[in-house]
Amino acid sequence: MNLIAKPTKENIKTYVPFGLSLVSISFLDVFINAFFNFNLMAFLPSQLGYFLPLILGFIGFYLIRIEFSGVRYLDILNKNINSNNFNALLTLFTIFIIIKSIPPMLDWFILEANFIGNSKEDCTGDGACWVFIKVWFNRFMYGLYPDAEQWRINTAFLILFSIVGASFFVSEKFKKYFILFLVFVFPFLGIKLISGGSFGLEYVESAAWGGLSLTFIISAFAILFCFPIGVILALGRRSSLPAIKYISIGFIELWRGVPLITVLFMSAVMFPMFLPDGTFIDKLIRVLIAITLFEAAYMAEVVRGGLQALPKGQYEAAKSLGMGYWKMNALIILPQALKLVIPGIANTLLALVKDTPLIFVVGLMELAGMIGLAKTNPKWLGMAMEGYVFAGLVFWIICYAMSRYSQNLEKKLSTER
Amino acid sequence: MNLKKINIENKKIKDLIPQALTVLALLSVIIYFATNAQINMGNRGISFGFGFLNQEASFDITFSMIEYDGSYSYGRAFLVGLLNTILVSVIGIFFATIIGVVVGVSRLSDNYLIAKVAEWYVEIFRNIPLILQIFFWYFAALRALPLPENGISFNDISFLTIKGWYVPKFIWTNFNIFLLSVIAALIAIYFINSYATKQREQFGKQLPTITISLATLILIPLITFLFLGVTLTFEYPVLKKLSSTVYTYEGGVSIIPELIALALALSMYTATFIAENVRAGILGVGKGQKEAAASIGLNKNQILKLVVMPQALRIIIPPTTNQYLNLTKNSSLAAAIAYPDIVLVFAGTALMQTGRAIEIISITMLTYLSLSISISMFMNWYNKKMAIKEK
Repeated sequence: MNLIAKPTKENIKTYVPFGLSLVSISFLDVFINAFFNFNLMAFLPSQLGYFLPLILGFIGFYLIRIEFSGVRYLDILNKNINSNNFNALLTLFTIFIIIKSIPPMLDWFILEANFIGNSKEDCTGDGACWVFIKVWFNRFMYGLYPDAEQWRINTAFLILFSIVGASFFVSEKFKKYFILFLVFVFPFLGIKLISGGSFGLEYVESAAWGGLSLTFIISAFAILFCFPIGVILALGRRSSLPAIKYISIGFIELWRGVPLITVLFMSAVMFPMFLPDGTFIDKLIRVLIAITLFEAAYMAEVVRGGLQALPKGQYEAAKSLGMGYWKMNALIILPQALKLVIPGIANTLLALVKDTPLIFVVGLMELAGMIGLAKTNPKWLGMAMEGYVFAGLVFWIICYAMSRYSQNLEKKLSTER
Repeated sequence: MNLKKINIENKKIKDLIPQALTVLALLSVIIYFATNAQINMGNRGISFGFGFLNQEASFDITFSMIEYDGSYSYGRAFLVGLLNTILVSVIGIFFATIIGVVVGVSRLSDNYLIAKVAEWYVEIFRNIPLILQIFFWYFAALRALPLPENGISFNDISFLTIKGWYVPKFIWTNFNIFLLSVIAALIAIYFINSYATKQREQFGKQLPTITISLATLILIPLITFLFLGVTLTFEYPVLKKLSSTVYTYEGGVSIIPELIALALALSMYTATFIAENVRAGILGVGKGQKEAAASIGLNKNQILKLVVMPQALRIIIPPTTNQYLNLTKNSSLAAAIAYPDIVLVFAGTALMQTGRAIEIISITMLTYLSLSISISMFMNWYNKKMAIKEK
């Protein structure tokens, strides 16, 4: 009976080393099995060999589960991954799955993958064919934009990033001008640089734009325009004037009730019917308008949440100072309301960026669209996995960075008293 | 007195001007668009109307829950698309809820590893565009499945292959009786529950409602099998050789890969948002509530069931409704991988064939609008039911 006594502080000297070695044996077995394809427990009957790591690990975890042992690391370990039998099992399963899934992932991504070469035939290994990404990289970034003119896109983004970077280092006084330039001047300068047609630059039609740069261009412009429209719609929905209120509600609910893909279809096939015969609006601009209005409706709801959260006293105080409607909103209400809903705004902008790949339905090719194009190229069939993993990684980095930045901004701007 | 009156009238006029201007602007835009549309349609010789819905569609749809072929009308094609949209939304909502709740609860687990894994699940799947996930599952992952002749077999009754997932088909006799019995069981459960609530509130008696409900749900339909002539047999898919190299499965039901990819991507993506809602809801229940419940002697399960969950649900349900709505709208991405949903069938093929852009796009948008509104109305009702009842 003594053999299976409950692990306590008294028998810590025997139980802990024994338990820890059992746990290590079980991990070692899985590790060797996964990485070197060699079964340590091969001498055992097959079923038992299969479950042995689990059983050993479980017993080991049971033995080291000593409450208030007084050993700091043991207590931390027990508290976090080994608080009861169920948790011990979960821990074991998680670690086994992680260990088991590392080798195939490693093989596919790096060890068996191909990096050198410039055609599909160079991909001889079993892993990923990163040659595909390397060869098509320019297309994934710039779409069908002519190679000789790509410096223009680079310049535009270089200016953008250097201004944004510089604005972190200059004093508050100049920062204002930097931001004004970025919002009101740069977008139009940049788009002129990219589209060309003047200053001796060759004209590049928007149908040739594409790749990741198009993702950025569309996101940037849509963000720029959807924000003020959203704020105005939110104010309109909170307005005391019935006509303005109901028009705003109708507008917001209409856009929020339909999927973006139908809005894009509408901009592509239905909208031209509404214009005088012969007028032609560039496809990119139509898509931009569609995305902007769509996201503005979501933005309006987020901003409205902030407006509603403000106590009535703020409105009354502003009015008692003799402020009019616009002054009150611009100076008192909106700064506070917007700060309250930074997470919501960030989520809407994130959704906007994540929605940009949808423009492929009207024939514009940003990153995901270009990958769709490349993988159907007869010379590069069967590269879907590499392409979409790459695109997923790129989008993930962008979106993760955005969400992290918004969390920081929220912390920085919070004025908790 | 007079001054006040003038002021009020001034205010009225001041209020009226912006409203009148907005309405005027809106009306002129609408009239401008409408006249243009009329001229354009006149030029192309088409007149506005929904008569085309009765015409023969003459195109096939790869996956349909109701009887359909090319000889049916456009209206029928619309219905097929709508049902397919609803099907994938329901499947997506079902799995998204399960994954979301599991991941959300796991994020709060006291097991560090589990909490971390759940956190990374959320961070990874939330930050990748849904359309890329759909493409990944459809073009990359599901294409790696084996051909029919060496499909992955589940106990020889179900096969997973590159051409889809073949599952046994249910063959019922007297299905109507069975359905009625299930409905009857549900009604009975409703009455049992309200009786149990009354007992609890009046006499403080706890009835084992879950056990009784489950028993009712199993027993009443079981009776139909035993006495009312309801039978259920399965038709298993069987491998069949079409030519020397081409194989296929016969019998059973084939779940097309488009549906699998779409349902997978939709549920895994939406689950991340639901997980965050669940986490926020559970965290939103104050620590004092749990402590108070523990201090009156409730055990851990009772605390969760009677104190934490009812309060957490109130926080969880509204944003989760929004996610259900988003999932339904996102199911329109089906068009990208040619799953025959309403967008692909109606706003795609039917529009190309008839050229009636205005009618078809408006019908499609109205359908989504009414789907959204009906889901949000149902959830509002449910929400009101769950809300705190002040006494």
